[in-house]
Amino acid sequence: MNDFFTKTDLSRKDAENIISETLNKCDDGELYLENSKSESIVLDDNKIKSSSYSSDLGYGLRAVTGEVVAYSHSNEISKSSLKQSADNLSSTLKSQNGVYNHEISKTNEKIYEDVNPIEKKSLKSKLELLKDINSYTRAKGGIVQQVTASFAGEHKSIEIIRSGGEVLTDVRPLIRFNVSVMLEKNGKKETGVYGIGGRQSYDEYLKDDNWKKVCDEAFRIASVNLDSKPAPAGEMQVVLGPGWPAILIHEAIGHGLEGDFNRKKTSAFHSLMGQRVASEGVTIVDDGTLHNRRGSLTIDDEGTPTEKTVLIENGILKNFMQDRLNARLMNTRSTGSGRRESYKHIVLPRMRNTMMLNGKYSQEEMIKSVDKGIFAVSFGGGQVDITSGKFVFNCTEAYEIINGKIGSPIKGATLIGDGPSILKEVSLVGNNMMLDPGIGTCGKAGQGVPVGVAQPSILIDKMTVGGTQL
Amino acid sequence: MIKDQDYLKKTASFCIDLAKKLGATDSSAAVMHSISETVNFRNKKLDESDRSDSLAVSLTTYIGKKKSSISSSNLTEDNIKTLIERCIETTKITPEDEFNSLPDQDLLAKEINNLNLYDDDHIENDEKIEYLKEVEEAAFKKQAIINTETGFSESKSNFILANSDGFLNGYKSSSFSASCVAIAKDSNDNMERDYEFTSTCHLQDMLRPNQIGAIAAKKTIQKLNPQKIESEKISIIFDRRISKGILSVLASAISASSIARGTSFLKDQINQEIFSTSINIFDKPNIVKGLGSRYFDSEGVKTSELKLVDQGVLKHYLVDTYNGKKLNLKSNGRSGGTSNLFFEKGSISYKDLLKLNQKTLYITETIGHGSNLVTGDYSVGATGFMVENGVFKYPVSEITIAGNFNDMFKNITLADDLEFKYSTNAPTMLIEGMVVAGK
Repeated sequence: MNDFFTKTDLSRKDAENIISETLNKCDDGELYLENSKSESIVLDDNKIKSSSYSSDLGYGLRAVTGEVVAYSHSNEISKSSLKQSADNLSSTLKSQNGVYNHEISKTNEKIYEDVNPIEKKSLKSKLELLKDINSYTRAKGGIVQQVTASFAGEHKSIEIIRSGGEVLTDVRPLIRFNVSVMLEKNGKKETGVYGIGGRQSYDEYLKDDNWKKVCDEAFRIASVNLDSKPAPAGEMQVVLGPGWPAILIHEAIGHGLEGDFNRKKTSAFHSLMGQRVASEGVTIVDDGTLHNRRGSLTIDDEGTPTEKTVLIENGILKNFMQDRLNARLMNTRSTGSGRRESYKHIVLPRMRNTMMLNGKYSQEEMIKSVDKGIFAVSFGGGQVDITSGKFVFNCTEAYEIINGKIGSPIKGATLIGDGPSILKEVSLVGNNMMLDPGIGTCGKAGQGVPVGVAQPSILIDKMTVGGTQL
Repeated sequence: MIKDQDYLKKTASFCIDLAKKLGATDSSAAVMHSISETVNFRNKKLDESDRSDSLAVSLTTYIGKKKSSISSSNLTEDNIKTLIERCIETTKITPEDEFNSLPDQDLLAKEINNLNLYDDDHIENDEKIEYLKEVEEAAFKKQAIINTETGFSESKSNFILANSDGFLNGYKSSSFSASCVAIAKDSNDNMERDYEFTSTCHLQDMLRPNQIGAIAAKKTIQKLNPQKIESEKISIIFDRRISKGILSVLASAISASSIARGTSFLKDQINQEIFSTSINIFDKPNIVKGLGSRYFDSEGVKTSELKLVDQGVLKHYLVDTYNGKKLNLKSNGRSGGTSNLFFEKGSISYKDLLKLNQKTLYITETIGHGSNLVTGDYSVGATGFMVENGVFKYPVSEITIAGNFNDMFKNITLADDLEFKYSTNAPTMLIEGMVVAGK
């Protein structure tokens, strides 16, 4: 357990008094304290390129009244600093009046263990393993031109103190292991990237030579791309593979269902609650309670326990994802989706693990049904314009489909679609749902938070593929 | 109040001295402090205020050719001591790398000419609010605008960079910025969004609020009722918002790190013609009040103007100490990237550029991360306008544009409308022969 009040002139009692005084006439707010340790060790070009460790401490004081949020944060936990923040908040909210909502639900269930992954595995063994990873991957042949492998570990303790002295805490481990391989054959260069991770210690993910599978996969993707031909351009049928390609759901649908954009009526979905937004058979949930997953949280960054939120049920829009502020203004309850990157950031409603659930078709049936199209197996990143609903994502492994058969691999193309209409184009939903390997980071308003996605294979009847071959 | 140089110097020197005492043969430290205050408005009402006070230290220690780093925002003396001890222990067991070293002493910046990067003016939140009200009023003058989000941000920073070879220098800088995002709705309830912003070192150089609101509204309304077009090969014009992205791609591809690792599509292209001969590209760190201006790079190495591309020929990589040693090149003060990077302006006017082709796709926004720096392949989602015989005909959306940078670089024609709105700047740009994917 962290104590934020041992090495400062600020006592817990002082802090509680300042919080209660500041939030007295507000609808909501809290003091959020955070102590995080993180490490990054990178092997690149046959050498340990960097080994760094970071220790961060700070607080964010937030007051919310009506629609207005006043926030002040600092890395100096002291009486004078917190007082200055309180004054700053009061001057912003001077003409506003609210009634503090003391209600917050509690949870007894922990979604992950209190383990510090950075200390659990010695630096020496991490350095040695990176060396082994480099040798193992380079031993795959002379076409291996470059190998980059990295470990990133984090241990974050948070404490939320609400007006009246209520305290909520969480300790969050997170790790990620990544391998990137560049191959060169006949003057042609291609890269392949693969990674794994989640909220457990490194060895849970690396044990039993599991790390070799990550190297193999990065090598395999790069090899496939060495033989790729230019991608086609234009509208066609698209089969998405299971697992990570669910970032399509994240970009196309997920962001548009976040509470803030709908309260502000800037999302293309804001007036569609209760209406059909997807084909029958399409069910999408956002689940923060999956054990040890990258996107999971025991409590969100406002202290609300996370839950499994049904967003779309059998094609019908059921719920938005809410933090406390947007829930209050929209007369609903928080879904435990209030998240922030760190104490330096305000709370926003965000996704956790966004998943499309199983249908009944096999991937083979889908591919067989396509005359001309593409089969997209893996993606780099994606992006969405919430207002117009247009979204894109970039293929890192894809194949052409001709007459119901998988053909040649094609070069990284961008797929573009329209969020509110894309799920109506989903004609078949597979029975092979898979979680992603634990690598996703979602960006919104300059804040990155770890997320997960999952889906079975799906067939989309019409999407624009942004290749170069007309 | 922003911490003064003396305070930052004391902290940096403490780190360097303690690292030495604990066994570091070399070390470098940076101490940074920044305070920023932001106010956001939405639909003529206060939405959010944010005050940020951030002090951080980072330290790299060397023992011979071994290296490791730490950073922290917890500056209590106890914590810093523990971290430096940890850094030294880590350094000891990290394998040697022959290229690890501090910068050559003769390359370190010695004198500093005043580039006027700091404005002591402070604008109270109430004044920010008055400014934003004017922005929104200007935007709402257009009836189709249904929603606006505006923000005003003021930020002051100070930092010190120190190393065990005696470098100890830093400076204050300031930034003032305001933005307006407008949303408009068409008769079918479809929405479009666009924006305008201003960002400057000095308060008095900001755009006037009514200009920001009016431009954001106008740009948004122009986007209403977009069409999807057929897939075809077509000439593309990049608006200045987008054309600067070509320079960012170039900067990544010619960074000494990508070149040394062999992962750039421009590897081995030094002294080769990579653009058409009309193209010249500069990186100029010493522009007065420049948004990318600096006195030295992130290692303390002095920076001077570089003509990166001369008549289409690539003349320099962007070199830092570590990767420079790998490539047998001296650092040219580009650790941390470029400063004020820009294309020299072209010779044709904006209007004439629009008329060069009978039909042109004018791109105002791209989405997605579709630049592959290993292969040079490029494919992104885009929105813009169809231009016929120099006249804007209709907005276009839900399309992608694709090509390869090697070809794109050689088919660039630049207009003469270069302005310095960002740290990286380019005039309006025509690129022939790209592929658009639509219907």
